[in-house]
Amino acid sequence: MMMKNITTMLVLLAAIGFSIQATAETVSSLRGATEINQETSAPAAKHYNKDHEPIPRDYVQQPPLIPHKITNYRINLKSNKCLSCHSWANYRESGATKISQTHFESRDKNVLANVSARRYFCTQCHVPQVNAKPLVENKFEPVPAISGQ
Amino acid sequence: MNKKNTKECSDMILCRIWQALKKPSVTYSLGTLLVVGFISGIIFWGGFNTAMEMTNNEEFCISCHEMEDNVFQEYKQTIHYSNRTGVRATCPDCHVPKEWHHKVVRKIQASNELLHKALGSINTREKFEGKRLELASHVWKAMKDTDSRECRNCHNFEYMDFVEQGRRAVKAHSEGLEEGKTCIDCHKGIAHELPDMHDVDPGSSIGEI
Repeated sequence: MMMKNITTMLVLLAAIGFSIQATAETVSSLRGATEINQETSAPAAKHYNKDHEPIPRDYVQQPPLIPHKITNYRINLKSNKCLSCHSWANYRESGATKISQTHFESRDKNVLANVSARRYFCTQCHVPQVNAKPLVENKFEPVPAISGQ
Repeated sequence: MNKKNTKECSDMILCRIWQALKKPSVTYSLGTLLVVGFISGIIFWGGFNTAMEMTNNEEFCISCHEMEDNVFQEYKQTIHYSNRTGVRATCPDCHVPKEWHHKVVRKIQASNELLHKALGSINTREKFEGKRLELASHVWKAMKDTDSRECRNCHNFEYMDFVEQGRRAVKAHSEGLEEGKTCIDCHKGIAHELPDMHDVDPGSSIGEI
């Protein structure tokens, strides 16, 4: 009985101590320590990476990343700038990776004569990269079947 | 008719002017005629050129709403309007030749554009989009025929440093140079939106869904 009381006391003390410590710390938001009535300084603008070799995939289903800038590349119903190099008609001349055959399938797996409307807007899945460091530490590694290691 | 019979044409005004022009001057000395002719030549020539230059700037081009509301708005999103170094290519830099005689030819062709302005051929966005392929094709053909002359006022294969270029640009430019390609062969739609490309390059447009 005595033993149980002491344990309860200790737990309570620890809880109080912890809560005091917690209230001593200020809440940190994405703004950082800047007061709400002051303007924060804008972070440096990110720049898109220059042309480089294709970036290896990290997992099987990953849409391949775009290894070049796509600034001002328009994709609309009238034209698709990506496909002016990556289409089956043009990939040989441009030396670009050709668009996957899976992109010609409708939702019901019917094969179409041209790129399927649901796969037409490339940047829904394929994205270029900027010079940004990961915000949190990340130890993700692709499985050996992908990385070969 | 005027030349054939000089006596019979005393009533006709054109004929009388012609007679006066043909007669040697009796009142004015040759020096006066030369000086007056020289000075008025400068004034007329200068005036002509000034007038032509007045129609050769962006402000004039976008004084028509067809240009300001469509192509100019699109151009403002592109690298020829806003970029790292602040160098700009305005409408006439790409669309009007720099050499005098090509420029005059283009200015005369522009009278057709004035006609269509009056007819209202592209006075709405819908009409403009409807004609965009035809209009763009004209510009592509002109560029192709002149070996992209207006591009080459600034851009030139000879002065390109392939070392500084990206991986894709080196490949495309060195191959293009070898094959004798011209800028517009690849660089379509760099300053304005493209028309519906389904008929031009079926692979790069979804066409009718």
